[in-house]
Amino acid sequence: MQHTVIEKLSILADSAKYDVSCSSSGGKRKNEGKGLGNAEGMGICHSYTEDGRCVSLLKILLTNFCIYDCAYCVSRKSNDVKRVAFTVQEVVDLTINFYRRNYIEGLFLSSGIFKDADYTMERLVRVARKLRQEHKFNGYIHLKTIPGASEELIREAGLYADRLSVNIELPTEASLQTLAPEKNFTEVLTPMSHIKDQLVLVKEEKKLFKSTPAFAPAGQSTQLIVGASPENDRQILTLASGLYQNYELKRVYYSGYVPVTADSRLPLISTPPIIRENRLYQADWLLRLYGFGVNELVDEQNPQLDLQIDPKLAWALRNRQVFPLEINTADYEMIVRVPGIGLKSAKKIVAARRFAPLTWEHLRQIGVVLKRAKYFITAGGRSLERREWDEEVIRRRILFGEKGDRNGLWGSQLDLFSQAG
Amino acid sequence: MHFYTYDGSFEGLLTVVFEAYERKEWPDQIGKAGEAPAGIFATHHFIPTQEAKAKRVWQGLAKKLSQAALENVYKTYLWEQPGCEMLLFRFVRLVFASPQSGIEENFAEPVVQKIAAIGKQMFREKHRMEAFIRFQRTQDGLFVAPINPDFNVLPLIVGHFEKRYADQPWLIYDGRRAYGAYYDLEQVQLVSIEELPKSLKKGQLPTDLLTEVEPLYQQLWQVYFDHVNIPERKNRKLHLRHMPKRYWKYLTEKKPRVQAHQPIQNKQLPTGVYRLQP
Ligand code: SF4
Repeated sequence: MQHTVIEKLSILADSAKYDVSCSSSGGKRKNEGKGLGNAEGMGICHSYTEDGRCVSLLKILLTNFCIYDCAYCVSRKSNDVKRVAFTVQEVVDLTINFYRRNYIEGLFLSSGIFKDADYTMERLVRVARKLRQEHKFNGYIHLKTIPGASEELIREAGLYADRLSVNIELPTEASLQTLAPEKNFTEVLTPMSHIKDQLVLVKEEKKLFKSTPAFAPAGQSTQLIVGASPENDRQILTLASGLYQNYELKRVYYSGYVPVTADSRLPLISTPPIIRENRLYQADWLLRLYGFGVNELVDEQNPQLDLQIDPKLAWALRNRQVFPLEINTADYEMIVRVPGIGLKSAKKIVAARRFAPLTWEHLRQIGVVLKRAKYFITAGGRSLERREWDEEVIRRRILFGEKGDRNGLWGSQLDLFSQAG
Repeated sequence: MHFYTYDGSFEGLLTVVFEAYERKEWPDQIGKAGEAPAGIFATHHFIPTQEAKAKRVWQGLAKKLSQAALENVYKTYLWEQPGCEMLLFRFVRLVFASPQSGIEENFAEPVVQKIAAIGKQMFREKHRMEAFIRFQRTQDGLFVAPINPDFNVLPLIVGHFEKRYADQPWLIYDGRRAYGAYYDLEQVQLVSIEELPKSLKKGQLPTDLLTEVEPLYQQLWQVYFDHVNIPERKNRKLHLRHMPKRYWKYLTEKKPRVQAHQPIQNKQLPTGVYRLQP
């Protein structure tokens, strides 16, 4: 018995790991009256995998049996692997016991399609219901919505889950046709719009009746696989921005394709496109939080994001006419667009300049990355750079350092996250 | 030169502030009782803690500071690094000297920057403790987590766990500072254990105290951790940045394996003919 749970967990965690969304933020369930768990809207990463990804939730499949045959998936019907399934009670026990030991923030449950969509969805819902009702569990629950599941089940899922997601996986109908022939866009978008309608409805009703039960309070999300199909970044970001606007999505996750099979429909690659994935995330932040539009980041001439530099720096270099900004007078909306200044620094700048005009030293203390920002701003009319550099020189100096040290290249390319902001 | 000492409590430190204002003798150095002054010509003042005086200083600060900045004053005390008392004092003086409120946003002032930086550092340590401590269940149903954080963050994390684990009794014990927080399903008390089992200092509870299923759940968590890893994406530098080695002692998933990890063979890839994507 014990052995089987260990074995099931190995297989069903291994098969779920390619779904990259693991956020537990946005869940707000107050622990009222001595239940288990409390979520305050800020996700916690309880561990990190060896590739540096956050481990926040117990992310597993209920089963890896599947009637579909999506080429990019380890659980596809034609793959010769061992198939197992958790019982509802096993998932509940694992979740509760992991949660009590402070291993996780909650559960992210997905599944292969067992028999049919509703049969599978019904079991996912049962796990969530049990956790909420029998165990008074207030931790985070993210349920994957099985494409084709009935509206009723989705509505019930939303009563217990903090977040629902429907994965689009491939950015165009054509790619879906090639790699996941049993799926189509309509089948994916229909549950997404059901969820959206419910979200909007509940929000409206909440205004009238405070007692309206919550529906997926952390909203819905989706995932796109990057690099398994030929779409460019412009297509991907246009889709993402459309999803944010039309489906009230909280997040779009980008998953660099990890090769799982030698299928001739898929590209043969030796490493997943991690840098590209990271650039897409950076662009996504700029769309959601910095007020950029898709067309400012990618356009017909430049349909791919620059892999060498982050999208904000790339935009600033293409738009030199906007700069330099005077940091003591520029609007907040423009300050956040300066490379080397993040949202927090921008807020600090706007707050601190009420007391006294800011100097370069102040900016450094506030946390502005001067070696990037200095080409784009002045402080009290003063510039740190005596010369007007052209785009190529600035790019080179930021990437390789100012002394023309080319050894910096590898460091700066591999150290992905140093360039964010 | 004035050297003030106090009993080591936060109230004591606030009393020092009160007395310094009262006497108009600004401290050049503040230390805990028993510490020696830096110079031989110092005038030594030992200030006994007085709740009422401490309270007046705290309320005075509360009137002029945002909640976050007020918390940073407390965090500066819990930071415990050499010089933290003088830093706190210099900040308090700045606050009381400033006619307007909102002085905590004047980041051009070095002491404001420093206090904000400490606040951030303490927040990070608190956040990491909330993330990385692991409870182990004993036979009598108590969930125990041994810790020894770099800074004194236990008072900052108690509220989080009190809300989260309202239906289970727990004990979080700071081995380095020899005190803990114990929740008995009703309230949290500060406790001190006379004879601490040696293994507790190393982050492990003696096995004979543990409930029967505890090793199984620890093993299940290790199995889970091993299987969510994607070897193709390995990035040790990033891993270490998020999870610095000094926290590993708490982490069940970083403890030795009972059974070696067995990867699942679910990929069918040809060997040796990889081509790089353009
Ligand atoms: S339906 Fe889901 S689990 Fe099944 S093969 Fe497709 S992606 Fe994999």
